Amino acid sequence: MGRVKTIARRSFLVGSAAIVGGVAFGTYLYKREVENPLEAGLEPGAATFNPYVKIDSEAVTLITPRADVGQGAYSVQAHLIAEELDVDLEAVRIEPGPPSAAYYNGVVAAEGVPIAATSETTLARAGRGGADVVSKIMGLQLTGGSTTVPDMYDRLRSAGAVARETLKAAAAAQTGLDVAELKTDAGAVVLPDGTRIAYIDLAAIAAKTPVVEDVALRDPASWRVLGKPHQRTDIVAKSTGTQDYGIDLRMDGMVHATTRTNPALGGGILGFDASEAETMRGVQAVLPITDGIAVVADNTWRAFQAAQAVVCDWGDAPYIGNTEAQFAEVAASFVKERQDSRFKDEGDVEAALDAADTVFEAEYRIPYLAHAPLEPMSVVALFGEGRLDIWTGTQIPRFMQDGAAELSGLDAENVHIHVLMSGGSFGRRLEDDYVRQAVEIAVQMPGTPVQMVWQREEDMTHDFPRPLAISRARGAVAEGKVAAFDLAIAAPSVAESSLARWGQPAMGPDVAIVAGAWDQPFAVPDYRVTGYRVPAMVPISSWRSVGASGNGFMHESFMDELCHAAGADPMAERLRLCNHDLSRKVLEAVAEMSDWGSDLGTGRGRGLAFTLAFGVPVAEVVEVTDVDGAIRIDKVFVAAEVGRVLDPVNFEAQLSGGVIWGLGHAMNCELTYDGGVAQQDNYHVFEGMRLHQVPVIEVRGLENGPKIKGIGEPGVPPAAPALGNAIFAATGKRIRQLPFSKEVNFL
Amino acid sequence: MKLTVNGTEHEVDVEDDMPLLWVLRDELGITGPKYGCGIAQCGACTVHVDGISVRSCQLAAADVDGEVTTIEGLGTPQALHAVQAAWIEHQVAQCGYCQSGQIMQAASFLDLNPEPDDAQIDAAMSGNLCRCGSYPRIRAAVKTAASRLQGV
Repeated sequence: MGRVKTIARRSFLVGSAAIVGGVAFGTYLYKREVENPLEAGLEPGAATFNPYVKIDSEAVTLITPRADVGQGAYSVQAHLIAEELDVDLEAVRIEPGPPSAAYYNGVVAAEGVPIAATSETTLARAGRGGADVVSKIMGLQLTGGSTTVPDMYDRLRSAGAVARETLKAAAAAQTGLDVAELKTDAGAVVLPDGTRIAYIDLAAIAAKTPVVEDVALRDPASWRVLGKPHQRTDIVAKSTGTQDYGIDLRMDGMVHATTRTNPALGGGILGFDASEAETMRGVQAVLPITDGIAVVADNTWRAFQAAQAVVCDWGDAPYIGNTEAQFAEVAASFVKERQDSRFKDEGDVEAALDAADTVFEAEYRIPYLAHAPLEPMSVVALFGEGRLDIWTGTQIPRFMQDGAAELSGLDAENVHIHVLMSGGSFGRRLEDDYVRQAVEIAVQMPGTPVQMVWQREEDMTHDFPRPLAISRARGAVAEGKVAAFDLAIAAPSVAESSLARWGQPAMGPDVAIVAGAWDQPFAVPDYRVTGYRVPAMVPISSWRSVGASGNGFMHESFMDELCHAAGADPMAERLRLCNHDLSRKVLEAVAEMSDWGSDLGTGRGRGLAFTLAFGVPVAEVVEVTDVDGAIRIDKVFVAAEVGRVLDPVNFEAQLSGGVIWGLGHAMNCELTYDGGVAQQDNYHVFEGMRLHQVPVIEVRGLENGPKIKGIGEPGVPPAAPALGNAIFAATGKRIRQLPFSKEVNFL
Repeated sequence: MKLTVNGTEHEVDVEDDMPLLWVLRDELGITGPKYGCGIAQCGACTVHVDGISVRSCQLAAADVDGEVTTIEGLGTPQALHAVQAAWIEHQVAQCGYCQSGQIMQAASFLDLNPEPDDAQIDAAMSGNLCRCGSYPRIRAAVKTAASRLQGV
């Protein structure tokens, strides 16, 4: 068995060949039933049919294991179960469930496999399937990569259907009726005479009924829940101040803590002087933790004040600490020894550029960016009597459990993770650094619940940002067409940095370095995309839409430049080049929505960008006005192909939210470093978009594709290039670096 | 010192310069107002003092010179304020963390300006950040709330 584990680990997030090799080898382990974590602690008379449905005499409980970080994941997961189980969501309990291998994510690992989303070759399918096997074996319970809907679409509907049919079997056994005569409705089995037996009254007998496994899923044409607009399950709490986040928990005897660790990440602490802090009102302790100190007090503000009063002697950053030097390192990475990938290499780019009369060249730069969710990192931890309880918002409960076990010296089974609603994340809660700090404090204060809350400045200077990157593009046009396109992108590897913190190796190329660029559905005759890996600098991580967040800007800005160089219309030329039917329909949709080609009048312009990321083709058209030298964003039209829209209200929220995320950071956000420390430590210097700047956003979801996809991230990548292309159209000024505020003002 | 919050008078023993936000959250256990930035840049901590919206992270406890209302005092799940009802109708919240402050800002603004135009709504609400990008629905919900409050 040791060898299975070794192979699975090695093939994680790497080349398809290794994963394909793992399929046959891992089949037995894959097919074996994963444990049902709900069986542990099940009361007598309660029933569980699978890891997603539990029924006792009091309630039906649905388990929604993907974290809700604002994207509505709890709601959509509950809808998937309810569609088959026939329950009213107002009448059930919805819980995130415990950390468990049962809740593996079968799609997220596939994103790391360099197979274009448009490819349906046998090898491509086998590669993606192999990723699912690896993820299941590893128990990768992770929320991210816009995978919740594609990963859970069949699993949760099946879970609901299995539970429903088992409940019907239980009712048949109890009544002597034939199962075929029974129906289900709103949490009850309905007998032919109309008598209703509530599911909760069937729990005891259902617990002894063999689980009915062979169940067909309902035809989407008959859906009553999915595909319809819904009220989010959390909307009342979030509109009345009654939603508890990690920062809001209150417990008897709880103390308030905050931490300060070296803002030059990993630089360590050489010493500290807490003599003043220890005398301040309400301060109970100043404790050493890894790389810094924690202050424990009777009030969060008092902890904040005292933490500022601790004099810390920090070590130096173990990475290049100055942004100018960081960009110089990136610029020096376009060399053979640092080449990471060349997944796209069609025709003969070198020959085409050699033969071209004119070679168009451009260099683009994108900055580090913070996640900066509005709820700063917040945790409650309680250690004692052989167990550790942790309450927090997280996207990685199993990794967190393992890390907390290691730190506290407990077995993982004695570490209890209580997942809470997150006040935003955008990828930030794929890290467990903040939880480790809370655990370090809690183990020094056994028996006392410790709430740790970061100051905003601590949060922003201890982020794991989206990496910076430079791309160098060359191209040629001929006869009014884009003829050659060569894009080289140099960036540090998110996979390398993140996986190292999870204790996992990252082998093979990092797809994220070129994601959203190498895999675009355009038939440029001579077309090449090369990734260069910059050696690790600032610790980095996944940021909403990951590699595509910046690569979309670089690819689509240059595509626009080449279209203009060719004298071609950017929409018509993309449509001509597009070799993927689903993507073409997205472009056609946004052309129609925006009335592309109509006259906008002087001082105005529209820009188009298209990115296929996370398997979702998205096209955006941005309209801007040049108001006396300042740019006003007027309208955005966005079309996305997701196979099937499960909740049109939430779909619109996620897609328009992604557009605003992409535009806001492109307008005015960057992290720069000095001495290894992020210089932007609060929202006055990392503002994003404010309400008065928000354009009218018109959204359309297309449902032409055979596979269902998630929409939390794919709206982000085309936003920045569509804005840049619109600014060019309105002003003639081409901006090749982000944020745009370096070169233009926004109203 | 004495503080009246949501109609209840409290005696609190805190430093004069403790921000109202932390008196509410950590001394009185009223957690609807949120901590986001601590420098009046995000608006998540917005509450009312005598009906006027203020950033409670920047208002010292000793400077509170009126009755404080937090989102808990504006309305409850059982008895929603018109602004909260509009927020629910428009499905505004995503992560929801900024929404207590957004709602308190909107409620105070509509009290002072019951018939705002679009530019006034934009100006009044631009001090409140939303990282998720729920802004278009905030605009729509403010308009709906305005018409409801006028009985239209």
